[in-house]
Amino acid sequence: MALALQTFATVKDANAALKAVGTRYLGGGTLVVRAANEGDVSVSSLVRSTDPAQSAIAVAGGKARIGASVTMAAIARHPGLAILAKAARAVGGPAIRNMATVGGNLFAPAPYGDFAVALLALDATVGTEDGELPIETFLPGRDGSRAIVTSVSFTLPKADGFRFLKVSRVKPKSVSVLSIAAILEQAADGTVSSARIALGCMADRPMRARAAERALKGKSLDQNGIAAALTAASEGIAPITDPIASAWYRAEVLPVHLGRLLLT
Amino acid sequence: MAKVPVQFTLNGSEKAEFIDSGTTLLNALRDKIGDTSPKGGCHQGTCGACSVIIDGELRLSCLTLAETCNGTTITTTSGLSESGVLHPLQRAFLDTFATQCGFCTPGMIMAAKVLLDHTPNPSRDEVVEALSGNICRCTGYEPIIQAVLTAARANSQNAA
Ligand SMILES: Cc1cc2nc3c(=O)[nH]c(=O)nc-3n(C[C@H](O)[C@H](O)[C@H](O)COP(=O)(O)OP(=O)(O)OC[C@H]3O[C@@H](n4cnc5c(N)ncnc54)[C@H](O)[C@@H]3O)c2cc1C
Ligand code: FES
Ligand code: FES
Repeated sequence: MALALQTFATVKDANAALKAVGTRYLGGGTLVVRAANEGDVSVSSLVRSTDPAQSAIAVAGGKARIGASVTMAAIARHPGLAILAKAARAVGGPAIRNMATVGGNLFAPAPYGDFAVALLALDATVGTEDGELPIETFLPGRDGSRAIVTSVSFTLPKADGFRFLKVSRVKPKSVSVLSIAAILEQAADGTVSSARIALGCMADRPMRARAAERALKGKSLDQNGIAAALTAASEGIAPITDPIASAWYRAEVLPVHLGRLLLT
Repeated sequence: MAKVPVQFTLNGSEKAEFIDSGTTLLNALRDKIGDTSPKGGCHQGTCGACSVIIDGELRLSCLTLAETCNGTTITTTSGLSESGVLHPLQRAFLDTFATQCGFCTPGMIMAAKVLLDHTPNPSRDEVVEALSGNICRCTGYEPIIQAVLTAARANSQNAA
């Protein structure tokens, strides 16, 4: 392995170094160092920034800002982010969670990216030195992105408004067959007034289930009310195939698990 | 390849080395420093055999670059016994037949140690969760889980 690491105190300097060919940012290294260990020669050098802002969590006034270098373990134990602890704990085993960063998760190809699925449902904003971008715009362009992600920001959902489910084959931990995150708001009569649903493993990166979201509007969260949404959930999906599950299997079980999530 | 200085505390002793930039902590420990207790199983983060404790947190040394450990405190399995007396976890792994080939054992013990450091009396589920990043191909997991529970009991009896 021929890797060289450059460490910078500021994101600005690290961004400048990242412009060099063959250079990637080092988050927790769980994917990028693994790639190097496996002989991926497209990465010859790594840069990182030790700027404390990259590791900061700020929760105030119903909003959260998480620095890109914050680990899944740090999110899971932060009292202000308790609502997201389940999604953070869905990422790997304990050692992986101590290393895996939120920034790195945004770039993780399916079957990874479980926390990014949660961020997509949260309609998070992805911050770089050049400004902020909706996660929905960021994800499709991530492969060509050459800027260091500095943070993710979002409005905290209401205590019972966020639902997250990761389905895996080997318990308690293995990679996702699929993951689903949903933010649901209900009117006084219990019908769904707004819904945002994000899916993992249903494409090469997290995607929104827009047709299912539309089909839920105005419906109640019972077997009849969600039926149309479950049918619509498959619209536009192109699930991945890997040793855990085929695309066919993933597509078959999506409505089952979405149904369970919506009815809990 | 540029050499970079790295300093950390390993099992209570100060280490200062010049290593090739980009060297993993696993390789630095095994090849440079001579601590072969962390094992290289997969080098992909999936087996947990290389697990070490860095500043109190469980980490995979195969995916950690040594130079990012500057100034940290690192514990490996070889640092657990004191004056020739095995750590309760090591003792329990032997006594409950939780070790066959032993390749996974150091990583299992590191994962279990972090658990017991924070949760001295874990439930079985907590043990399973704590070991969920570690793969054993020999014993099956039951003897390992029993070993950790046994060590926890031994610890709480000592403390009582
Ligand atoms: C055994 C194992 C199990 C895993 N299980 C899961 C799982 O269950 N769920 C899951 O979602 N993931 C899982 N992962 C994948 C991975 O650990 C996580 O997705 C993690 O969040 C990636 O973050 P990282 O900081 O380690 O990324 P790195 O490896 O450091 O980086 C990954 C990519 O993102 C880029 N990058 C990282 N940070 C930034 C930034 N701030 N700005 C710009 N680019 C950046 C890097 O350059 C690189 O291209 C697993 C990995 C392993 C090895
Ligand atoms: S060698 Fe590090 S996890 Fe397998
Ligand atoms: S004892 Fe051999 S791998 Fe666990």
